[in-house]
Amino acid sequence: MRETNRVRAMPDAPLLSAESLTKFYGPRLGCADVSFDLHEGEVLAVVGESGSGKSTLLSLLSTELAPSRGAVRYRMRDGSVRDLNALTEAERRFLLRTDWGFVRQDAREGLRMGVSAGANVGERLMAVGDRHYGRIRATALDWLGRVEIEAARIDDTPQSFSGGMRQRLQIARNLVTRPRLVFMDEPTSGLDVSVQARLLDLIRGLVAELGLAVVIVTHDLAVARLLSHRIMVMRQGRVIETGLTDQVLDDPREAYTQLLVSSVLAA
Amino acid sequence: MSAATGYSFAYLDEQTKRMIRRAILKAIAVPGYQVPFASREMPMPYGWGTGGVQVTASIIGPDDVLKVIDQGSDDTTNAVSIRKFFARTAGVATTTKTREATVIQTRHRIPEAKLGEHQILVYQVPIPEPLRFLEPRETETRRLHALADYGLMHVKLYEDIARHGHIATTYAYPAEVAGRYVMDPSPIPKFDNPKMDMCEALQLFGAGREKRIYAVPPCTRVRSLDFEDHPFTVQSFREPCALCAATGVYLDEVVLDDRGGRMFVCSDTDFCEERRADGHRGHLLGEAPAAIAGEAGDA
Repeated sequence: MRETNRVRAMPDAPLLSAESLTKFYGPRLGCADVSFDLHEGEVLAVVGESGSGKSTLLSLLSTELAPSRGAVRYRMRDGSVRDLNALTEAERRFLLRTDWGFVRQDAREGLRMGVSAGANVGERLMAVGDRHYGRIRATALDWLGRVEIEAARIDDTPQSFSGGMRQRLQIARNLVTRPRLVFMDEPTSGLDVSVQARLLDLIRGLVAELGLAVVIVTHDLAVARLLSHRIMVMRQGRVIETGLTDQVLDDPREAYTQLLVSSVLAA
Repeated sequence: MSAATGYSFAYLDEQTKRMIRRAILKAIAVPGYQVPFASREMPMPYGWGTGGVQVTASIIGPDDVLKVIDQGSDDTTNAVSIRKFFARTAGVATTTKTREATVIQTRHRIPEAKLGEHQILVYQVPIPEPLRFLEPRETETRRLHALADYGLMHVKLYEDIARHGHIATTYAYPAEVAGRYVMDPSPIPKFDNPKMDMCEALQLFGAGREKRIYAVPPCTRVRSLDFEDHPFTVQSFREPCALCAATGVYLDEVVLDDRGGRMFVCSDTDFCEERRADGHRGHLLGEAPAAIAGEAGDA
């Protein structure tokens, strides 16, 4: 299934390309010389231990941080390729809430905890100009259904949701505008194993169904194996190994990757 | 210098007035935009109209006629003391008649009578930022205004409909000015929102504690936010005013006794008195306590 996906949704030009992205925090290195291309419908996992620069990389890609060096180029919906750091603030925000999604590790950061689930899902629609209550609500209901949240909970705030439900709501909120690229920062950590499995299953289904391109940051190699096509292993701010997920995980080349794989799979 | 008091004309020194006038001019040039200004300490506590008083002090001249209302009424503490303050520090004529006034400072209401181009309406504003309760960071709300990013405002209205079946915001109802900035019209009932649209009078908003001034120039479009399938509506009242029989005006509910007796009277006292002087009679006018009915009550 994974193979057919990749063949189906990959035009020639990359959707996102990073060119020698480097970020220094003062004298300390965040990440250095990261380059890669991401095509439509492709899922890239970034793995590594904490402090390896994964989150810095994700912030650079999603324009939350400006790089010290290097560039991120993105193919917009109209086909033009733009340097993301040259976008105006208005363009950047528009991109963030239409063509992109960002699923955070802590759902409280990605959701508005004080407003209902329906409004959380509807917010992006209203932000891009939808002014029809009935339509917004119908769309919200549809999306709650797709992420397996009961319709009856639409007017409850995420405060009353379990961790897994919050994470699913966050996904619905991000996908409602049909983005082409979604960033995920440890979306399943902090959930217990059975909830994690259901969530992964859901993400995998939606990614395949919508042909999403995803950059997923995780320390959990099992998550990377399940979701991603390609994998990038980071250590001390640098990419030390990259390749097809199965290949890298089954036959790691670098000593550090071997260590990583052996320590996780031993558990 | 006002000879009688030893204060500058209208209390504020000339430098301060200049600074505030500059802010006002900028506010008029960019309708609905909140202009920061160096709000001064006034001889009254915050929340009692320090913003409105500073705006009034900066625009009032010796020939002006001042009216001050609080919740539509000319004779509440806040209105009386501000009116006296300017009578004393500026020596200006004061009035309770909307038609005679050239400057009207108001808290929580817009007069029922239509305002004209010779008049200026000054609002006292507690919280000028319409997005404040949705987004607590000032840096972020400023950016949202700059980018006209008002989806959040509709999230609030969505929540209202989801919870109450209709938009339950009844005062301080957000409105878009001149097709650009969304403003908080101060805590006026939403009943008054339509009066701001294409109003011939200049409307100035002063927030003393929050140090912001904004404006709606004369004959400017002011559109209350809503949804296509839940359009903006104003409050309606089942009965007319019990004293002057007016309909289509904003009414206050007055509790009469401890047995559930109540009456609805015009919140705009000047409007009500004028109608009674013209011979309009509400059904309770004869028996209402004189204190409520005012001087026309004994007629």
